[in-house]
Amino acid sequence: MTTPILTLTIDGKEVSGLAGETILQVARENGFFIPTLCWLDGLTSAGSCRLCMVEIKGSAALHPACITLIQEGMAVTTSSERLLRYRRAIIELLFSERNHVCAVCVVNGHCELQTLAQQLGIDHISFPGLYPDLPVDASHPRFVIDHNRCILCTRCVRVCGEIEGAHTWDVKNRGVRSQIVADFDTPWGDSTTCTGCGKCVHVCPTGALFEKGKSVAEMFKKPLGLPYLKAIRDLGV
Amino acid sequence: MPREKIDRITAEHRWFLDQFNYHILVCAGLGCPGNDDILRALGQTVRNRQLTDEVLIRKVGCMGLCSAGPLVLIRPGDLMYQKVQPEDAEEIIASLGKKPVERLLLSPDLAFFTRQHKNVLRLSGRIDPESLPDYLVAGGYQALLQALFAMQPTDILRCIQESGLRGRGGAGYPTGLKWSTVARAQGSPKYLICNADEGDPGAFMDRSLLESTPYAILEGMTVAAYAVGASEGFIYVRAEYPLAVQRLKRAIRDAEQNNLLGHSICGSNLNFRVQIRLGAGAFVCGEETALIRSIEGRRGLPRPRPPYPAEKGLRGRPTLINNVETYANIPSVITNGPEWWARLGTDKSRGTKVFALTGTIRNTGLIEVPMGMPLREIVYDIGGGLPGGHALKAVQTGGPSGGCIPAALLDTPVTYESLNELGSIMGSGGMIVIDDSASMVDIVTYFMAFCRDESCGKCTPCRVGTAQIHNLLTKFQNRKATMADLEMLEWLCDLVRNTSLCGLGQSAPNPVLSALRFFRQEFLDCILTDQNHEEVRP
Ligand SMILES: Cc1cc2nc3c(=O)[nH]c(=O)nc-3n(C[C@H](O)[C@H](O)[C@H](O)COP(=O)(O)O)c2cc1C
Ligand code: SF4
Ligand code: SF4
Ligand code: SF4
Ligand code: FES
Repeated sequence: MTTPILTLTIDGKEVSGLAGETILQVARENGFFIPTLCWLDGLTSAGSCRLCMVEIKGSAALHPACITLIQEGMAVTTSSERLLRYRRAIIELLFSERNHVCAVCVVNGHCELQTLAQQLGIDHISFPGLYPDLPVDASHPRFVIDHNRCILCTRCVRVCGEIEGAHTWDVKNRGVRSQIVADFDTPWGDSTTCTGCGKCVHVCPTGALFEKGKSVAEMFKKPLGLPYLKAIRDLGV
Repeated sequence: MPREKIDRITAEHRWFLDQFNYHILVCAGLGCPGNDDILRALGQTVRNRQLTDEVLIRKVGCMGLCSAGPLVLIRPGDLMYQKVQPEDAEEIIASLGKKPVERLLLSPDLAFFTRQHKNVLRLSGRIDPESLPDYLVAGGYQALLQALFAMQPTDILRCIQESGLRGRGGAGYPTGLKWSTVARAQGSPKYLICNADEGDPGAFMDRSLLESTPYAILEGMTVAAYAVGASEGFIYVRAEYPLAVQRLKRAIRDAEQNNLLGHSICGSNLNFRVQIRLGAGAFVCGEETALIRSIEGRRGLPRPRPPYPAEKGLRGRPTLINNVETYANIPSVITNGPEWWARLGTDKSRGTKVFALTGTIRNTGLIEVPMGMPLREIVYDIGGGLPGGHALKAVQTGGPSGGCIPAALLDTPVTYESLNELGSIMGSGGMIVIDDSASMVDIVTYFMAFCRDESCGKCTPCRVGTAQIHNLLTKFQNRKATMADLEMLEWLCDLVRNTSLCGLGQSAPNPVLSALRFFRQEFLDCILTDQNHEEVRP
């Protein structure tokens, strides 16, 4: 059975994609920019950061591009003034939630959050900082998690569970009090499940997860080729 | 044959009930305190007077007028006594067949009783919630028998669709349409869920239904299972409702023992089992996708829809999920027919709706009215108006997801459409009467704190946005707000409403937006002027 090819328009341009593909996939293939944070190629989509929201003609609601499947005849708008305003505000909310002082961060200059802020033209944060008092856990021999830089995108949770198969990370509490925890809320160094693979560190979009011994702006995250790893895993090799 | 068994139980129990000259019904809801003592005192008195062959004392579910509770009903004659204490037992028993106890008497022609239209609450406070025979004598399970032996699943789907029943869990989605989608969906087994998570502050409709007529909910679920082809059902109920859980367990066990649940129900080819799952009291677990994840044993987080549970729900299978009250409506729709049912209410909002009437109101309690009834009748006739010379300011519906209707618009009929038009929602049935001494800023700050604390934290706008909105609102409460804060407040509400992942975030700004629409001046009054600016820092 062949997969049907669907045609749709994105920002007025006619494009096509395979049934089962998301708006984000088709948009990126065709060179459209839609910002994303929680989404990462190779991991299941959470649809949680809400940055990738797009407009679809005929629907009053906005839709997350990373999870919404394309449909025949769909007319998608990826960057109206309204969408840009919402996206800036969402990034600003993330900055206001915890302590993001880029000047002293290990990933300064190569942080996804910082880059998106620049791309979206954010030069100040309109919301007062909530600055909760959060710990830094340096108990792991090679890595550190600084909760003050965490944006709760759950990439680490998903890569550890879905690709590494260790399921070390999860989330405790709810709402603004949510926090990433290792195992049953133990120090990372005491985790009995962590294999030390470092995948979580490299998918983390911010300076929340980093390698020990890295100083300001020294931590570079490597692309892991997750779709490839996932394909290998699915083959059972 | 099992049908005959049911007929036999019914006949025997009717014969048993008819032996007694008097039935004394005592409310045994969770909301009426001390009813065990009253039951005991009445029982002792009856024994002392050697009236055990004449007087039957029974515990029943909620009779509705909680503010006058504990309530006792004497039948025949339907005498209702209010605020009964154990010490009143002697007098009550002595008065049987004579002059009623005037001092306790509650007039039966109170508007509270006469203006209501009881459909799902019909048996509430009239039967023993833990007695299957009681439910059978009251006509229970006739709908299921009719469905199983005189109707095809498609007939039932048509019947529900024609009735125009809409989901009572808040959003008002057409029930018939949902059922047809599940019936048509590919995949097996199919699951069925009863959403009894009821988390809105001030709402206790579902709790009362579960405690008062658990069999009616099971019957509705079983009819639904037959119509959509589901073989396994779950009731997701909050652990904070221990009495409801206890009664449900008992009802499930009795139904299983009498072949009203389980294998080959009543000799038909329907197999349907029901299990209880306890929720740990997270508001977000009432959201259907979070609820499903919670039943699967995972953290209760919503996920984006589509796919809807009707297509991919529990364990990835087609799943029907409805509210307690929705299921409780099913038996009467089946037995009375969709035309009878559709005549109640208005064209687009049909049937009756149960409300939990609370706040500054004389008659707090549980009421059921035909949809379309103006709020004014509910507040002043059924509710008896406001006590202590208070004037009405607004009526809040839909709890933390709803809004307020100001006193000036009190003639608004209670329908899904008219409440939506005013920026509120029908919700699940919480109705809070607000008097003129209350501050709208305080009320919406309370609701926003609730949403902030109950946000699951998955998506950015709801997680951080509700916290920011709450901080802004406390600035208004402390009279330290500025015009810029007001602008920011409206902008954040717009953002959270339009970009949040699930209904919790999408509706969290509703109370604020509604208060800004009808009581904007109260917010402006909290804004710092230059003058009081100086007062603050002398
Ligand atoms: C935050 C949130 C809480 C909810 N809580 C409940 C609830 O306690 N009970 C309920 O029946 N529906 C609740 N719902 C609605 C359910 O998601 C779902 O729509 C409903 O159970 C469907 O049943 P119905 O069609 O019979 O109304 C809630 C929705 C949201 C977004
Ligand atoms: S290092 Fe690997 S195993 Fe350890 S928490 Fe990170 S992803 Fe999981
Ligand atoms: S630690 Fe990093 S990857 Fe994990 S949730 Fe926080 S920001 Fe995302
Ligand atoms: S809207 Fe709120 S409750 Fe719903 S998914 Fe987002 S954070 Fe969770
Ligand atoms: S990238 Fe789509 S919601 Fe986060």
